[in-house]
Amino acid sequence: MKSGLLARLRAVRAAKRPVALVTRLSDGAQVLIDADDASGDLELDAAQLETLRKRLAGGRSGLLDAEGDIFARIYAPAVRLMIVGAVHISQMLAPMAMMAGYEVTIIDPRSAFASTRRFPDIVMNAGWPDQAIAQLAPDAQTAVVTLSHDPKLDDPALAAALASPAFYIGALGSRRTHEKRLVRLRERGLEDQLGRIHAPVGLDLGGRLPAEIAVAILAEIIRVRYKGAAR
Amino acid sequence: MASELDDILNQAALWHDAGRGVALATVVRTWGSSPRPIGSHLVVNSEGDFAGSVSGGCIEGEVITEALATIAEGRSRLLEFGVSDERAWEVGLSCGGRVQIYIEKIT
Repeated sequence: MKSGLLARLRAVRAAKRPVALVTRLSDGAQVLIDADDASGDLELDAAQLETLRKRLAGGRSGLLDAEGDIFARIYAPAVRLMIVGAVHISQMLAPMAMMAGYEVTIIDPRSAFASTRRFPDIVMNAGWPDQAIAQLAPDAQTAVVTLSHDPKLDDPALAAALASPAFYIGALGSRRTHEKRLVRLRERGLEDQLGRIHAPVGLDLGGRLPAEIAVAILAEIIRVRYKGAAR
Repeated sequence: MASELDDILNQAALWHDAGRGVALATVVRTWGSSPRPIGSHLVVNSEGDFAGSVSGGCIEGEVITEALATIAEGRSRLLEFGVSDERAWEVGLSCGGRVQIYIEKIT
């Protein structure tokens, strides 16, 4: 790979856009293709470009031809996790999710909770949860988890998340807490969407410690991402 | 915090900018139960330092040797490795598989 192509690949990654590096394995000719631009010394035919478009959308690397000569490495932007509530469980969940490759943002307008001392190296957003989530625009590669335990923060966050195509929406709280939450969300006119909320949040592993609950939440997010919401 | 993938790409650029020879290995095809998915990267410099993984350990040594040869010759290569049951057992994998690895020099 030419170093200029590597520099461009890193720049597109930094801009969080999907990009494909296509290589002809027999001679090393390459082209870097993203939504705006193609640069390199390899020309693809119409069928290969069509396959590549599908691969880009699905984020799936692989060969583009039956001969096994044209390989496309798809670099998809990181999957995102938005955590509402800078609470104890968040202190465990955020670093675990980052290790698993998620780009994590913690949303909490309460400055006492959302201090960088409690959350070193983690991106914090001090906006009100509904506005913060609307601004961060969850897509189909985003999970949203509400952990604040405060309906003033969690309810608007859930309403904003339900208005998005987020692949996972989870809410902390017991079954009883969740029943009350569902009543409040119904009053907001969200009846049709309520089935998308995973609550109580996380797989039922039986753990009680914040780190154990964080594992259960991350495990459920991973399962839904790869296997879908059906149990 | 950059992802593991960006760490690997950044490492490749850092080594290249520092004047080291650099090769990038990529899993392009797998058969059976491969230890690392298609697209996994391993970056190697001319001194034998490496970052990333293409196999979870079983064939890394051979890939690094081939990467050093790629850096020396400048020619890309496509290699196929069988992950034997014996070696797979050593690194804790349940069974064998085959992987095709493309190794290219950063020029």
